[in-house]
Amino acid sequence: MIEVKNLTKRYGNLVAIDNVSFRVERGEVLGFLGPNGAGKTTTMRIITGYIPPTDGTVRVADFDIMEDPIKAKRRIGYLPENPPLYNDMTVEGYLDFIADLKKVVGKSKKSKIDLAMERCGITDVRKRLIGNLSKGYRQRIGIAQAIVHDPAVLVLDEPTIGLDPKQIIEIRQLIKSLAGERTIVLSTHILPEVTMTCTRVVIINEGKIVLEESLEKLSERVEGAQVLFIKTNCRNDGIREKILSLPNVSHVTENASGEFIIQTKDAADIREELARTIVQNGWGLLEMRPLTHTLEDVFLKVISTEGE
Amino acid sequence: MKAIFTILKRELKSYFASPIAYIILVVFLVLSGIFFFFYLESFIRSQFDPRFQLFREKLNLNEFVIRPYFGTTSVVLLFMIPLITMRLIAEERKNFTAELLFTSPVRVSQIVFGKFLASFSLFALMVALSAIYLVVLRVYGNPDLGPVLSAYLGLFLLGGSLISAGLFASSLTENQIVAAVISFGILLVFWILGASSDADNSILGYISIINHLDNFTKGIIALRDTIYYLSFIFFGLFLTYIMVESQRWR
Repeated sequence: MIEVKNLTKRYGNLVAIDNVSFRVERGEVLGFLGPNGAGKTTTMRIITGYIPPTDGTVRVADFDIMEDPIKAKRRIGYLPENPPLYNDMTVEGYLDFIADLKKVVGKSKKSKIDLAMERCGITDVRKRLIGNLSKGYRQRIGIAQAIVHDPAVLVLDEPTIGLDPKQIIEIRQLIKSLAGERTIVLSTHILPEVTMTCTRVVIINEGKIVLEESLEKLSERVEGAQVLFIKTNCRNDGIREKILSLPNVSHVTENASGEFIIQTKDAADIREELARTIVQNGWGLLEMRPLTHTLEDVFLKVISTEGE
Repeated sequence: MKAIFTILKRELKSYFASPIAYIILVVFLVLSGIFFFFYLESFIRSQFDPRFQLFREKLNLNEFVIRPYFGTTSVVLLFMIPLITMRLIAEERKNFTAELLFTSPVRVSQIVFGKFLASFSLFALMVALSAIYLVVLRVYGNPDLGPVLSAYLGLFLLGGSLISAGLFASSLTENQIVAAVISFGILLVFWILGASSDADNSILGYISIINHLDNFTKGIIALRDTIYYLSFIFFGLFLTYIMVESQRWR
């Protein structure tokens, strides 16, 4: 549905994105993840045809955004980082303008506007001026604006930024309900958002893609590497070597005296055996817990190794 | 075509949703009314002035009221048009709505032209409402109607040129005040250039944006004046288009 190929954008000497390629299939929800300034917004602006790339191509629904911009843009709904709202219009008047702008014609216009308002929960403010509404409503009007012409592709740039926790949950549910038929690309730097809404993740840092994986594989990666933390009350020297000699142990580091961090091979579960060994040797096991990798760890790891 | 109308409709709504359109209409009507009264009053007074008795046949409404009235109106417009064009593109940038417009399935040229038409409609409304003064003149006097109609044609061409320059100024910045100041600058330069030349056929005189109205108020629709205004409008719109496009490429 979206095909980004060798995309590069330079502002003078500054390289905003560097040779970025990825595909998003129909029905996928792609999480576009990265720290601030990584090039997320630039990429999204290029996909939606707001700015042209320095190099590379973008195809949306099989239309090239540079060569066939009108056809491609008709199939895109876009929520920029700052919702593009006219404060002097009513919600209804604004959506009517958007529907005209996106070339929604005929009788379906009114029902499409009503549907968009209903889905975004802004029906009760339809007659009010946008300028008088709260941030949460404004963000939802922004989403309504993106879906009013029923686009096949939705591009949402940080849709939950600046909202309170309750509103964030509502917006996430809204995004989830929009998925399915539609293809969604959403950018964020909030990690839980990805686990909650996306089916696939692209992590971008300093303009380059550092990781591209489906969410299932990413969770395997998160759970896959087993790291155990143990604490003993024994000060003997030989412990480290003995643990290391156990099967499936790849790495042991001594943290403080009597505290060890153990990494295993191939996600093997060695807790039973480890505990037996410690008890049999009488080292006095005080504590044993798995150090799970969270998404944050993976994220920080991929973006920091890339930075080195 | 539909896209141009969509843009035009929203811009007009926006003019009348804020006090700006009403204030501009009122200020323009008051100013042009004062000038109209002033010229009419001095015309009536000169009818009884013995110094004018020798060439009474030259004393007519067209020469003494209508021509100076259109001349002054053009200067008033020069100061008011930048105020109605300053927000056109600058505000879209400031509100982040430019991103919406330029990711919508409409062409930049349609957006530019729709905005031009919106300001032109407001300007046309200003002129139409002020036409009441000339209706009064027609009811109580007998001015020659030909020159009045050609003067209106000239005024619309001039207004289009002023709007086109103002639209261009608005595309340069996201600050409305800066846009207004730039368009004052552009228009005043085009005005002063003409005033600084005394020769009839000098190039500077040709460049002047106000000079070309003179023939229209005399009842002469000259090709050179019409072409001047039409090319001014076209050039302003073209530069606006180039400016908007080039800012995306940066």
